Amino acid sequence: MAQKTIAGITVDVTNEGYLENPGQWTKEIAVEIAREIGIELTDKHFEVLEFLRTEHAAGTQLSIRKVGNSGIVDIKGLYTLFPGGPLKYSSKIAGIPKPVSCV
Amino acid sequence: MNTEIKERPLKKVCIICAKGTIEDVYATLVLANGAVMEGIEAKLFFTFFGLDAITKKQMNKIHTGTVGNPAMRMPGGLPFPSVLGMLPGVEAGVSAMMKSQMAALDIPPVGEFLEMITAGGGEVYACKLAMDMFKLEAKDLWDGCSGVLTVGDFYAMCGGENTQIIFT
Repeated sequence: MAQKTIAGITVDVTNEGYLENPGQWTKEIAVEIAREIGIELTDKHFEVLEFLRTEHAAGTQLSIRKVGNSGIVDIKGLYTLFPGGPLKYSSKIAGIPKPVSCV
Repeated sequence: MNTEIKERPLKKVCIICAKGTIEDVYATLVLANGAVMEGIEAKLFFTFFGLDAITKKQMNKIHTGTVGNPAMRMPGGLPFPSVLGMLPGVEAGVSAMMKSQMAALDIPPVGEFLEMITAGGGEVYACKLAMDMFKLEAKDLWDGCSGVLTVGDFYAMCGGENTQIIFT
């Protein structure tokens, strides 16, 4: 298992940089992962991240459609927040595993 | 000798859908949506019976063929004799079952799926020749359709580095 120091905290990550343990996530870590991707996080981003983390903890298999139906942001808005990887990047920043859904 | 091959990421997919069954249309939609979700540009070109997927009247009524499909089996895996598929109502029943199984996997109906793709920047086009053949007009098409193209127009969109044309 690889380790990486993000925002001063040493966390376990996969070889693609996803956190192994969502419990190690902090907002500071999110900001730094987002910056590596090229995204500056806003409150709206954090609302999406919280939704993803809550759903992941509940065992939901996430999809962009589920985020689109969350009432937080529509799918177009999700693409605007996380360009080039609406589910992939948002999951990575939220500290949850890489999505396995094709939708 | 250096035999290492450097992979360059895919930048654009141009997907052609020429058939109007559930499996052909959804193959197109899943590939296109998967592309835009990965930041890959997607252009969709619907032609011949594939036009059903972007025709207002037909798009949410597509079926799977129950005749002449050797991969089709009964629930549980028993063979599905083609002759059964000819009975009235069987095709509709099988299609409804396919759709409900897809819905359980969070795969949306055609119209919503197209909206998801265009929300991600994907573009949807209809084939001019097939439109003429089926006597369709622009007003018959799904509202999110970006236009009607000739084959030449479509190829003109397929240029650029690391672009692939996919025929479902």
